[in-house]
Amino acid sequence: MGQFLQMVFPLDLITLPFMFHALLSGTVVAILSGLVGFFVILRGSSFVAHVLPKAGFAGAAGAVLLDINPLVGLVVFALGGALSIGMLGKRGRHDVVTALTLVVALGTGALFLTLNEHYATGAYALLFGQLVGVSLSQVLDTVVLGLVCVLILGVLYRPLLFASIMRDSAEARGISSRKLEMAFLIVVGLATAVTVPVVGALLSFSLMIGPAATARYLTRRPGTSLVCSVAIAILTIWAALVLGYDTSWPIGFFVSSISALLYGVVRVGASLQQRRVAGKTDAHVHPLDGVVGQK
Amino acid sequence: MTTVLHYVFAPGLLQSEEVLHAFLVGILVAVISGVVGVFVVLRGQSFVGHVLTDIGAAGASGSFLVGVNAWYGFISFGILAGAGVEWLGDRARNRDVATGIILSFAMGLGSLFLYFDTRFTSNASAPMMVLFGSMFVLNPGVIPIVTFTGLAALVVLLLIYRPLLVCSVNPEIAKTRGIPVRLVGILFMILLAIAIEDGSLVVGSLLSTALIIGPPATAIRLTSRIGLASVLSAGIGVVATGLGILLAYDSYLWPPVHRGWPVSFFIAVLVLVFYLLSRLWPERRYAQGAGSARREEVA
Repeated sequence: MGQFLQMVFPLDLITLPFMFHALLSGTVVAILSGLVGFFVILRGSSFVAHVLPKAGFAGAAGAVLLDINPLVGLVVFALGGALSIGMLGKRGRHDVVTALTLVVALGTGALFLTLNEHYATGAYALLFGQLVGVSLSQVLDTVVLGLVCVLILGVLYRPLLFASIMRDSAEARGISSRKLEMAFLIVVGLATAVTVPVVGALLSFSLMIGPAATARYLTRRPGTSLVCSVAIAILTIWAALVLGYDTSWPIGFFVSSISALLYGVVRVGASLQQRRVAGKTDAHVHPLDGVVGQK
Repeated sequence: MTTVLHYVFAPGLLQSEEVLHAFLVGILVAVISGVVGVFVVLRGQSFVGHVLTDIGAAGASGSFLVGVNAWYGFISFGILAGAGVEWLGDRARNRDVATGIILSFAMGLGSLFLYFDTRFTSNASAPMMVLFGSMFVLNPGVIPIVTFTGLAALVVLLLIYRPLLVCSVNPEIAKTRGIPVRLVGILFMILLAIAIEDGSLVVGSLLSTALIIGPPATAIRLTSRIGLASVLSAGIGVVATGLGILLAYDSYLWPPVHRGWPVSFFIAVLVLVFYLLSRLWPERRYAQGAGSARREEVA
């Protein structure tokens, strides 16, 4: 037993500096993704959460071409994508605009990659993440930018929650859902810029969607759901790091399969429970089912 | 005049077999995507449409490992994922999340496959091929499969045209008329998967998304008649693709490196320009009742 444990959790996990950095930045990223993801799921914005990291990836490719810090390109493209989706989209409906934003961003990214021949390895790192290659200064960047996002989300929390669940009542009380949507998109863009350099464009999406979607089935209280979402995100990335270290397979694979597995289990559980209580009460009306959900 | 013409239509353009193939396949994909895409936009399924390209890419990465033609990887993953999205996203509210989870899982699987690809096979360039595709290095062997499956999908779409239209515009009315909405939904998803995966294989997953969303969204803003919109959308797709290939061919002479700019870039930008131009068109007022609200919402 002890031997097995030592095989799964070798001591190097925390003694190796790069693993320590990875755990640290992974945790920060997980907290941020769990928080932002809660609203992404609530508002049905998975598509945006998928598009902005990819747009950021294209921007980073451009920054490398111009020989500036990739983080700058990442922020510019992620925020630019968020703004164009917000401005071109109509009240709550912007899937066509989102798709077009993605296509143009990726097309530009393809151009940047073609024009610059030295970039291929860097591109892979940004796509699939380089969690175990994070330096201390990158950890600090992540923490600072992450804190900014969390602060903005803290300010937006109440109106955003209200407007996400009951858009019409929120508007009646003078909350502009359009401005709120814009602010939210900007937060997602910023969060993307924080997470992509650490965990990669593909993984950053998994971490935003999976834990928050799972948490929604666990509890109906928004606050608890938010905490659950963060907790699941953290556990997921820790487990993925350990498994990734043991197998040396890509961490993204573990993060996405653990999230998908958790979601599947919770969803099966919920449907079983629903069948049991269906006779007694109207159990399948979810309090978080709001205006935004009923597309 | 002739020099200008020479500059635009570079000499040797139509003599090159690669370019001819690119034109042929590009036009085919543009037509199929244009027609299928009208329903994608009408049904508000842009996200699923795009997701199928990424999932197909994961399947393609897997097919390099097994050593079969990438088409099988694309099509098997695409159809599985399409059916999965329909099945898990039973209610509209669940659809967005279900799509996201399936996408996330497929991307994880894809990254594992790519890792194995680059590690154990000699396909180090597999990721970029799968992501961005390249029209000019097309394997001529896949053209017959793509043509056949694409045309078959188009025929089936024409056969279920009426019920599909009713289901897309107003599911409630469809139900009262006795149309099996769920079945039509799944059937459409399979057609969509075929259209998308054929497109991804020959023009890359990025362009496949561009052609399935851009021209239809443009066409729907210009006319409220769906039949006309389908034709228009196919036409816009063909124009964008043709112009894109032409520009990409010309760009071999452009600075800063004489290597040619990617076709994806040109087509993506052209598609966006067309869409933005169509937004200048005055908003359509729909006379017939039920569909109007839905359609206005979508575009």
